[in-house]
Amino acid sequence: MQYTSPIREPLVLQGKTYADVTEDICRQVEAAPNPRWLGAMFLSLLALGWGSYTLYRTWWYGIGEWGLNKTVGWAWDITNFVWWVGIGHAGTLISAILLLFRQKWRTSINRAAEAMTIFAVLCAGSFILMHMGRPWLAHWALPLPNTYGSLWVNFNSPLVWDVFAISTYLTVSIVFWYMGLIPDLATIRERAKNPIARFIYGAMSFAWNGSAKTWARYEMVALVLAGLSTPLVLSVHTIVSFDFATSVIPGWHTTIFPPYFVAGAIFSGFAMVLTLMLITRHVYKLQAYITLEHIESMNKIILLTGSIVGIAYLTEFFIAWYSGVEYESYCFINRAFGPYWWAYWSMMTCNVISPQFFWFRSMRRNIYVTFALSIVVNIGMWFERFVIIVTSLHRDYVPSSWTMFWPTYVDVGDYIFSFGFFFTCFFLFAKFLPVINIAEVKAILKSSSAPSVIEKEEKVKAGVKLTPSYNPKSE
Amino acid sequence: MASATHYSVEHENLNFVFKSELRKRLIMAMAIGVILILLGCILLMMGIGVADAHHGAGHGTGHHGGGGAEGSGHGFHWTKRLWANLWLNGVFFTGIAVIGVFFVAVQYVAHAGWSSAIKRIPEAFGYFLPITGGLLLILFFIAGHDLFHWTHSSLYEKGGKEFDKILYGKSGFFFFPLKPGSFPFFYVLRMIIFFGGWYFLFMQIRKLSLKEDLETDFNTYLKRPVIYNKLVYISTVFVVFFAISSSVSAWDWIMSIDSHWFSTMFGWYVFSSWHVTGLATIALAVILLKEQGYLKVVNENHLHDLGKFMFAFSIFWTYIWFSQFLLIYYANIPEEAIYFKERLSGHGGLYAPVFFLNIFFNFFFPFLILMTRASKRNVSILKIAIGFILVGHYLDFFMMVMPGTVGANGGFGLIEAGCLLLFASAFIYVVASNLAKAPLIAKNHPFIKESEYHVVL
Repeated sequence: MQYTSPIREPLVLQGKTYADVTEDICRQVEAAPNPRWLGAMFLSLLALGWGSYTLYRTWWYGIGEWGLNKTVGWAWDITNFVWWVGIGHAGTLISAILLLFRQKWRTSINRAAEAMTIFAVLCAGSFILMHMGRPWLAHWALPLPNTYGSLWVNFNSPLVWDVFAISTYLTVSIVFWYMGLIPDLATIRERAKNPIARFIYGAMSFAWNGSAKTWARYEMVALVLAGLSTPLVLSVHTIVSFDFATSVIPGWHTTIFPPYFVAGAIFSGFAMVLTLMLITRHVYKLQAYITLEHIESMNKIILLTGSIVGIAYLTEFFIAWYSGVEYESYCFINRAFGPYWWAYWSMMTCNVISPQFFWFRSMRRNIYVTFALSIVVNIGMWFERFVIIVTSLHRDYVPSSWTMFWPTYVDVGDYIFSFGFFFTCFFLFAKFLPVINIAEVKAILKSSSAPSVIEKEEKVKAGVKLTPSYNPKSE
Repeated sequence: MASATHYSVEHENLNFVFKSELRKRLIMAMAIGVILILLGCILLMMGIGVADAHHGAGHGTGHHGGGGAEGSGHGFHWTKRLWANLWLNGVFFTGIAVIGVFFVAVQYVAHAGWSSAIKRIPEAFGYFLPITGGLLLILFFIAGHDLFHWTHSSLYEKGGKEFDKILYGKSGFFFFPLKPGSFPFFYVLRMIIFFGGWYFLFMQIRKLSLKEDLETDFNTYLKRPVIYNKLVYISTVFVVFFAISSSVSAWDWIMSIDSHWFSTMFGWYVFSSWHVTGLATIALAVILLKEQGYLKVVNENHLHDLGKFMFAFSIFWTYIWFSQFLLIYYANIPEEAIYFKERLSGHGGLYAPVFFLNIFFNFFFPFLILMTRASKRNVSILKIAIGFILVGHYLDFFMMVMPGTVGANGGFGLIEAGCLLLFASAFIYVVASNLAKAPLIAKNHPFIKESEYHVVL
């Protein structure tokens, strides 16, 4: 028997029934695209189009089109890569780690978060292809036997570990996400009136029949994949941090990087989930499923991971001084007060100071504040990577090489390309696939939808009549 | 609903009795511990167990920032080993005690339900804090020079023979606002603030927790759980305070032993080691109480969750250990790599076996033993895993403290066994006597029913 304390807040509001859940979520897939969706899609395609032009220039003329120079040989490309990979942590974290921690509130947001994860990892991958200069030789990053003699990839390089980690992560994330989709796709198949849609959703649902045996297999696979993806999700950003930390460059070589990068990744990933979900919630009218309780829980995780990141910043600063290594100390002072001071203080303000608003319950439950901060956090996390990468490089060992990095329009355009790609994918997902996991929300409906004692009391006081909105037509 | 094995909170035997038999045994164990320490000291005084053989060689390799490079030659005095052991156990058991409080606080912050039936057990751990706190403080005044290289004032005399530029550079961290090389005011102040803060916040949590027991009507309390909300608030304060103090105390009490060495990960490394040790101790205490016939509400589902925690945080410790080691090994910067070089090949290879045992005990064994669902629900198997974790993390702290203090004169002898026995029995004594002072189950915890009906699939 499951027992839920009455002081817990409900996770599904408005007394939704099983039929309501199906109806509310499938409606968006079945209806014709609305003008707002078309407008958003148009903007995304515009960004993708413009980005494709700069990407063409990057590949046709080479990475000389970027603002790189001989001192700063890694800048926007790798900043964007790390930024997107970081964002791509939230989905699997929500699906796998929150599953292990039995956090039921994950059911309303895991589908969209996982989809976002996959698109974000693809965006990250696009920067790897971009910065190779010769993307047609991308397969050289894989340890393939070749015709040039015994030439292999450098297994000692964390960049190769990255290739393994991210490709494995992407594969498992796609499988995990798609597997969760299958029962819902079958639901849509059953409801489809148009034979083409019925055929397509039917094919995509792999002839799901909803029998007890099928569900048993489904749950088994979900658990196995959750177990697999938990270490994977942590390994990905750990290895991304190794790209920097295994080197001997001051500001890059520091042992705290792995867990601190992981915390930062969860931080930015949750912020991106919030940005997207708040819009989806509003447009698709999902307030009963993505409640203030969900938003508050996510804000708590943002506060936690943001504070971990803040402690890591201070630890790095302190140890740079404590170590007595002059170059290391200089590097950190240069970050804060050197020519890139504005990037550093943007990072500090956005990542460390702004999440502290979430100490207040009223802020955590305020949709406008949450939305604004979710964007601020991702701006901050972009600056974090920029600060780490560029400020450490731009003061080379030889002072005559000291220089600055400024992006060209191609740098910016390639970044816009990734946005275009990301949002195009997300809008397609939001239109043609169910944005909330219907089956999993139904699984928690009984135990978590009863209004809590306190809420009930307050409602009665306010004169609200407590009747569940039962939908007899679709029952 | 109520199956044959279901126990409800209402039927619980709420009071733990600290029987005089157990009391006697613990006092005996403490006495044996003291005797072992005395015997060990006598042996050391006679020169047995002192590394005469490697006198020169041991100090040559890998003694960059440790106590070996001390002010007046390298005279090893037997007391040093005693102080190092007391310090090691003091820090180790401080960790277990404070993690007890941390565990309770995290459960409140996370609104966790399953753990409410066992929360009184880690809650009792906090009472050991004043003991280790007082001990570490006194020990610092008695043995500071033996344990911490940076305490020697000659290192800060400008133009002096032993002037150390690097230590002088960071002297503010220890001596602020006083003159470098004088009284380490800031360091001592921090120690007082950390122990004081932990204990103060712990007392607030404990007081409110006991006050909650006095609520007469559970259902009325649920409508307005004022005490619970206050507990969540204070727990949050504790978690924030602990987030900072755990890292800084790790720098203070352990990292500064190797006075020149530094690692940004170190605070989290010590935390991860403390944390999994604390979890194992909680699980052990719960199992032992259950075997005595207490905590009937707690069943294999709760043990399963404690097992999961030990499994997960053993992996977390390994993750932190590996990341720190790999990055230092890979970059191979002498200032950093010296730490592992000293432990792997310094002092005539004295510490190399412990170095590897550390990983085996703390990673391979818990990882393999606790992997399956069935093993996490089996008391005997859990006990084996707990044994490895507790011994393993003692060895972990041994690795952190000993090379930098006693160096080639270290080892596991009578003093080590005696100190461990003394501290462990004192810890059990304090925890048991405080467990007896309050009901074992917080019957008015708003989530107590969730814990009662807790099922892990």
